[in-house]
Amino acid sequence: MKIIILGAGQVGSSVAESLVSEANDITMVDVDPKRLALLQDRLDLRTVVGNASYPSVLVNAGAHDADMILAVTEHDETNLVACKLAATLFNTPTKIARIRSTEYLLHPEIFSTQNFCVDFAISPEQILTEYIEKLIEFPEALQVLDFAAGRVSLVAVRALEGGALVGQQLQELRKHVPNVDTRVAAIFRKDRSLIPEGDTVIEAEDEVFFIAAAKDIRTVMRELRSMDKPVKHVMIAGGGKIGKRLAETLEKDYQVKIIEHNYQASERLAAELNSVLVLHGDATDETLLESENIAEMDMFCALTNDDENNIMSALLAKRMGAHKVIALINRSAYVDLVQGSRIDIAISPAQVTIGSLLAYVRHGDVAAVHSLRRGAAEALELVAHGDAKSSNVVGRKIEDIKLPKGATIGAIVRGLPKSEGILGENIIAEQERVSRGSDGDIQVIIAHHYTVIEREDHVILFVINRKMIREVEKLFQVNVGFL
Amino acid sequence: MNRLFAVVNVLGKMVLVFGLTMLIPLGLALWGNDGARFAFEESILITMGCGLLMWLATSRYKRELQTRDGFLLVVLVWSVLPVFAMLPLLFCLPELNLSMAYFEAVSGLTATGGTVLSGLDALPPSINLWRGEIVWLGGMGLIVLVVAILPLLGVGGRQILNAEIPGPMKENKLTPRIAETAKGLWSIYASLTLACVIAYKWAGMDWFDAVMHAFTTLGLGGFSSHDASYGYWDSPLIESVAIIFMLIAGINFATHFLAWRAKSLTPYRHDSEIGWYVVIMLISCIGLAFYLWFADVYTDPLAALRYATFNIVSVATTTGYSNTDYSLWPIFVPLWMLFLSGFCTSSGSTGGGIKMIRIRILYQQVYREMITIMHPNAVIPAKLGRNVVANRVILAVLVFLFVYAASIVLMTLTLTLSGLDVITAFSAAVACINNLGPGLGNVGPANTYAFFTNFQIWICSFAMLLGRLEFFTLLVIFTPAFWRK
Repeated sequence: MKIIILGAGQVGSSVAESLVSEANDITMVDVDPKRLALLQDRLDLRTVVGNASYPSVLVNAGAHDADMILAVTEHDETNLVACKLAATLFNTPTKIARIRSTEYLLHPEIFSTQNFCVDFAISPEQILTEYIEKLIEFPEALQVLDFAAGRVSLVAVRALEGGALVGQQLQELRKHVPNVDTRVAAIFRKDRSLIPEGDTVIEAEDEVFFIAAAKDIRTVMRELRSMDKPVKHVMIAGGGKIGKRLAETLEKDYQVKIIEHNYQASERLAAELNSVLVLHGDATDETLLESENIAEMDMFCALTNDDENNIMSALLAKRMGAHKVIALINRSAYVDLVQGSRIDIAISPAQVTIGSLLAYVRHGDVAAVHSLRRGAAEALELVAHGDAKSSNVVGRKIEDIKLPKGATIGAIVRGLPKSEGILGENIIAEQERVSRGSDGDIQVIIAHHYTVIEREDHVILFVINRKMIREVEKLFQVNVGFL
Repeated sequence: MNRLFAVVNVLGKMVLVFGLTMLIPLGLALWGNDGARFAFEESILITMGCGLLMWLATSRYKRELQTRDGFLLVVLVWSVLPVFAMLPLLFCLPELNLSMAYFEAVSGLTATGGTVLSGLDALPPSINLWRGEIVWLGGMGLIVLVVAILPLLGVGGRQILNAEIPGPMKENKLTPRIAETAKGLWSIYASLTLACVIAYKWAGMDWFDAVMHAFTTLGLGGFSSHDASYGYWDSPLIESVAIIFMLIAGINFATHFLAWRAKSLTPYRHDSEIGWYVVIMLISCIGLAFYLWFADVYTDPLAALRYATFNIVSVATTTGYSNTDYSLWPIFVPLWMLFLSGFCTSSGSTGGGIKMIRIRILYQQVYREMITIMHPNAVIPAKLGRNVVANRVILAVLVFLFVYAASIVLMTLTLTLSGLDVITAFSAAVACINNLGPGLGNVGPANTYAFFTNFQIWICSFAMLLGRLEFFTLLVIFTPAFWRK
């Protein structure tokens, strides 16, 4: 596929990195030649220097025969204009824009084909905020990922002594919680993956991925580890876009403190937030942490722009008694470094957000993609099209589908309306869901070996190695004979 | 001197317009043949003559007014117009001396409602109408009125208008042009007055009383055409109408304007003063009604509620009506009522006092101080709703409060020095500065200010102007820096 990426920032370069490895023709556009040069040294792609919202620059980048434009510059306005230009001048089939400001996101109609022609709007800050919010809601989980607009979740949790199932075979789970349907999709033991079978024994320190309906997450987790008390006090270090957004979403349900080192910024924060206590100071200042009762905090989130700062303040907070600490870390080398250290969860923004972008690049009808384990594994939501004749999956039992080893079907969502909302744009999906009132005849089916997949089912798949994705995609593609 | 002449030029025009407003009571005097005809004819001649003279004599100096001239204009308007407003009273009531007449006119224009007249029922109706009318004109603001009618002020008009409108924050413009703002405010004010007239008539007043009392209700003035005030009718229905319209007039007219323009009630929800205003009123009325009932002032709880509600709303909104002599109640109740009169009304309403918004800002500041003690690093802005109040405004509010308190203390001391008892002196000072009207003791609702000496009456007139112009507009004139070139 020919893809133009506008903006070589963090999101742009990490998307480029993962797309290049999947054999796509990538052209990067940015105003900063230095950034482009760095990228070109590392990756096999073409670069164009210039303003992404100028037609001439887009022509240089090969917009005439591009299949997709990813507008991820740091300015919403540039991204919107680039999408409009691509639609008007070059008829580009797929146009994706990063939109950071909620001002625009609150009016999804401006993205329509009559207006800015954005096929998909993604907001990394929002995805990241939702991601962290889930972790605060389920403090025991390492990761909580939503599929089918929040109806099904994939949860990663570290098994610990105290969980009823620890030391037992997986099939015991059904006896423990007979009325909850769940499926363990993968188990990672000491960074090696196990294919879960009925007789697999779960050990303490195993990283278990399971799929369950959103309402059952707690019950299943209780089987795997002792539960923490629900989070009440949250401290956020860094009042940037992510910190502020998180504070905004949390302020209703939690007691939130936010630390910001820039005085003007903290004044603005205090003006915009209502019940959040805004503190001016340095998150690595132990006297500040101490006087603000860091030991009473259930959750400490280090969300500044500075990796080192985040790591240090999270370590400090953990040592001073914060119950659980989360650090935002951009550099992937650092993520590996701190994983398994005293920092409970290291979040790589690129990994979290890239999934929603990848969904559009994939072949076949992919409704959602989430990167797992720092990009090694992946969870996908695929839509099964065609019928028993033209498709390799529709009309078949799961045990009869020739999935590669290491790929598991976790759940099926049946009866979803076509193309629900804009992906990664959960506000809209959420609003739609609320406005529709009930879910109607939408069914969540946890996969068993005898389950038969029907037409238009959303199939949620877990792939322990990214290399298998091509194969899985092929499986879901409708045979040419069908056309 | 040129500056003064330029201001006098504008003032002349305003006096001319003011003279025209006397045509209304003159009409009534002619129609009713109540004997005040000549008083009004002479007053109109003198007023318009003086206005014309001021205007023509200074027309050479006519120019756009500066902000500083604006203060002078506002102070002159508010101190000179009472001189003309008192003329009909002087001509019609020969027993009235000049100090008393001026007091009555200031009390009317500042919507205070303290009176030196007794035997109100026997006054010519046109005189009573004139008393009501000056309350109504002054209630919304004299300059606001003139700006609404004439293209009087130029670019600096906004500041001049702001010097007259009460409240600490006046930045938000309702409309792009001040004339439109003034027109909007006055049409809301006039429509509410009309509604009030109809409601009073429906509730049982005659047309004359309905109009006169609607004027003083919406202006939150409190002049009545009866010595017994609302005790004259002794009608719960009329009192309810009065309570409703007093409460409406105690709300910021800018909010009324926004609600009317948007045709919805949301502006009221976003108003930062209404919430506290309503809650404080409710608690006070119900609480004091219980108190009066338990203290056996009234044996019937409903009667206690009726008298408590009417008098509390009347005093708290700085109107000054009464339907009974509340100064005879246990002293806690009238003192609480005086206390309420100090801050209950909203900025931009026709009421007086500190204004609710300043109290809210102050409360925010107190909260801020306390949080800062617990969290030394906390950044806490003082907020009204979702808006941050600038530190400068907070400081201004604190200074305002200081000047307010200092004025009350000084006025009380001066009045005590001149021979009044403490309760009378204190309540008169509070009642005048808050533009309330009746106080306690010898100036209680059953009495008048008529027994005051000339010195005392001038102190009170000054206090009313001070309260109406919110201290600084008036005091700035007395600073040497103001007169420096």
